[in-house]
Amino acid sequence: MAKTKVMERKPLSWAERTYLPQIITGLLTTFRNLFRPKVTLQYPDERPRIPNDYRGVPTLVKDPNEREKCVSCQLCEFVCPPKAIRITPGAISTEETDRTHVEKAPKEFEINMLRCIYCGYCEEVCPEEAIFLQDIYSLNGYTREQMQFNKEKLYELGGVLPDQHFKWDKKRAAAEKIGLGSSSDEETEEE
Amino acid sequence: MSEENNTVTINLDGDDVQVTAGANLIEAVAPHGKEIPHYCYHPKLSVVGNCRMCLVEMGMPMKDRATGEPILDENGEVKIGWMPKPVIGCGTNVAPGMHVRTDSELVHDCRNGVMEFLLVNHPLDCPICDQAGECGLQEFALDYGRGYSRFVEEKNVKPKQVELGPRVVLDDERCILCSRCIRFCQEVADDDVLGFVDRGSHSTLTCYPGKSLENNYSLNTVDICPVGALTSKDFRFRMRAWFLKETPTICSESSVGCNATVSSREGVVHRITPRRNDAVNDTWMTDSGRSLYKEIDHKDRIRSFRVGSKEVSVSEALEAATNLLGSSKVALVGSGSCSVEEQFSLKKISDYLDAPTYLAGHFGEEDGLLLSADRTPNLRGALATGLISKYPSDNLKSLGRRLAKGEINTLLCVREDLLDVGLTPTQLKGVRIVYLGTLENQTSRMAKVVLPALTTFERSGSFINLQFRLQKFLQAIPGPAGTLPDVFLLNQLLAELRKEPATPFSMDEIWTEMGKRRGSILKGFTFGEIPLDGVLLDPGKFRAFPYVERKNLHFNLSDFRKGSNTSSQQAT
Repeated sequence: MAKTKVMERKPLSWAERTYLPQIITGLLTTFRNLFRPKVTLQYPDERPRIPNDYRGVPTLVKDPNEREKCVSCQLCEFVCPPKAIRITPGAISTEETDRTHVEKAPKEFEINMLRCIYCGYCEEVCPEEAIFLQDIYSLNGYTREQMQFNKEKLYELGGVLPDQHFKWDKKRAAAEKIGLGSSSDEETEEE
Repeated sequence: MSEENNTVTINLDGDDVQVTAGANLIEAVAPHGKEIPHYCYHPKLSVVGNCRMCLVEMGMPMKDRATGEPILDENGEVKIGWMPKPVIGCGTNVAPGMHVRTDSELVHDCRNGVMEFLLVNHPLDCPICDQAGECGLQEFALDYGRGYSRFVEEKNVKPKQVELGPRVVLDDERCILCSRCIRFCQEVADDDVLGFVDRGSHSTLTCYPGKSLENNYSLNTVDICPVGALTSKDFRFRMRAWFLKETPTICSESSVGCNATVSSREGVVHRITPRRNDAVNDTWMTDSGRSLYKEIDHKDRIRSFRVGSKEVSVSEALEAATNLLGSSKVALVGSGSCSVEEQFSLKKISDYLDAPTYLAGHFGEEDGLLLSADRTPNLRGALATGLISKYPSDNLKSLGRRLAKGEINTLLCVREDLLDVGLTPTQLKGVRIVYLGTLENQTSRMAKVVLPALTTFERSGSFINLQFRLQKFLQAIPGPAGTLPDVFLLNQLLAELRKEPATPFSMDEIWTEMGKRRGSILKGFTFGEIPLDGVLLDPGKFRAFPYVERKNLHFNLSDFRKGSNTSSQQAT
C-alpha cells in the first residue's frame, strides 16, 4: 500500500479572501479576446479549409477515359480493419469492346459508411489507384440503407482522376501492334 | 552410410541427415524443413527439369581413381568434390555420402537469376489474376527475387483469354512454360492435346488444332499450373484465394472417394480442389466431381420440412413421419449416398420397425482413373453397417413386387428417386412415402412427408470407398436455415418411434455403438480418430462380394479379392 501523505492546506491571505485579483485577471482575458480577430466558423454557412491529405469519404474514381479503374482485386476488402468494404467480383462482358482486355471489374462494390473508420488503408493498398479518400467530411442519411454506398454512388462521389498512366490503353496498343488486340477473342475462336 | 530401412545418409547444408533412398533432392530434403523451390517438378509427373528453379550445389566425397582410397584434406577429412556448376534438384537422386547445399550464396544467386528471367515477360497482372495468393511466382519472387525490375524493353505480348476447353481458360502471357499441364495430359489423363509452339520467348502453350482440352480431368491442369496461366472458368473471378476457408471433404461422385478440399467463404462454396492422398487419388480429381457443390444452391433444393404440400416445423414433420411409419407394412429404401453414421441410424430404425431395407445401386461406366462404376460414395458403408446384406442390383424389382402385392404400403425413402430405380407410378399408387433428400424429384413430389437433407458440404460424416478405406468429410458451410443434419433427424425419428425422449448424441457415440455390434468391421475408433487421409478397414467377409468396379488408379478388383486393398499400379 502506498503511503498517503496528508498535505497541510495554507490559509487564504487577505487579498485572496476578497476574490478580486482572480476576477480582474479573468476579466482581462475576456476583454483581450474581445478585440482579437474572430476564429469561430459560422458552420454550415462557412466551411473549414480541408488539408490536401485529409481522409474523408472513400470513393471510387474513373480514369481520364471515364472508364472504371477498379479491377476488383479485393485487396481493400482484405485490408479494411472494420470490414466495411464488400466487393462482388465479376468478368467484363465481351460486349464492352473498349475494355474487354481489362478482363475483370467489380460487379458490385459496397462500402458501409457506418462502419468505415476513415483509416485510408484502402487507398494505400489499391494497386490500380482506383479508391481515394476525398475531402467530404459531412455525411448523413435517414436510414442505414442510405449509408450503404453502392458502386454507382461511389463513382458519383469519386469522379474522374486525371492521372496520365493510360496503363490499359498501352497494353491494348501493344497487343494490337502484333495483331492480337481487342479482337483477340474472335481470333482465338478461329483457332 | 546406412542403407537400413531404405534410407541413405546425405550431408544437407553441413548436417548429416537420413533421407529416402532413390528420392530426388526436392523430395528428400522436404522432411528436413528445407524447401527447394521448383515450378516444373510435380511429384506425380515425370521430371523434365526445364524451369531451373531448383538449382542446388552438389558434391561427392573424392576418391583416388587408382586405389579407390578416399582423398583427405590437410585436416584428415574426406575432400568433397563439388560440382563446378549447380545441379537441378528435381533431376538429381540422392546417393550415399552426397553433399548438398540448398542455402549457399551461389544457390541464392541462381534462384534470383531464374526469377528475374521468369519475370521478364510476366505481365504482373496480379490484381486480376485468379492465382494471386497461391501463386508460385509471387511466393518465390518474394523469397528470392530482387524486388524491382531491371527490364526496360517492351514485354512480350501473347494471346490472353484463350479458351482451351469448356472449363479451362489460358492466359499465355502468364505462362512460364513449365509443361506440367502438357505432361499431365500425356501421362495421367491420356488425352495428349496440349503442346508448345514457336521458339524462345515466343513459345506459346496451345491446344492441338481442331482439338480442345475437354477430358473429365482438364481442371487438374489448373490446379498444377504454378502460375495463373490456366484458370478454371467456374472459379474465374469468383473470389480471391486468401478469403477462402478450406475444409477437408470427400468427393461423393463415385465409390473412389477422392480426397478433396472445399473452399468456402461466409457459407458460400466457391470451388472444390483435390487433396493429395497417394493411396486414393494422388493429387487428381474429376471435373464432374468438382461441380457437385452446385447442388447446394440448386433451384430444386428442398429447404423446408413439408407434410403434403404444407410447410411445417421440424417437430410437426417428425410427428407426421412417426405416425406414418408406426403402421405395420413399412419398408426402408436406403442409399449409398448416405454416410456410414446415417446408414447405421437407418439400420437401427429398420431393426426397430422390423422393416425390410432395400437399396439400389447406381452403376455406370468406369474410366479407369478416378470415376468408378459405382456412382455412389458409400455402398460399402451400407454393407459394413449391415443396412443391406447382399450386394444390390441397380433396380428395386423385389420391392416393386411386394408393393404390387400390397405387402408394403409405407416407405421411408432416403436420397433415392424411386421412379428412377425401377419402380413404376402404378406400384407406388397409394403408397405413403416419407422422403429425406436434398433435391426435389418425382418421389419427393408424391411424398406425404418431406424432410430436407444436407449435402456433403453441409454435414460431417464418413464414407467407405471401394478399397474399404474409411474416410471422413467435415462440414464446410451451414445448411439452409432451419435444417438439421440427416443423422440427427434419423435418430430423432427413431426416438419418437420408440416413444422415448430424444437423447443428445455425438458422432463419437455413434461410432462407439457401431463398434459394439457383433461382427462389425467398424471397430476400434471414434469419429474424431479417423485420420484425414482415411484408414483402411479389413473387409473380412465382404472381400468376395460381386463388386462392379474393376480397375482404377489405385484399385484392382482381382488384387482386392486376393487380399490387397490398394493397388499402386497406375491404370492407363
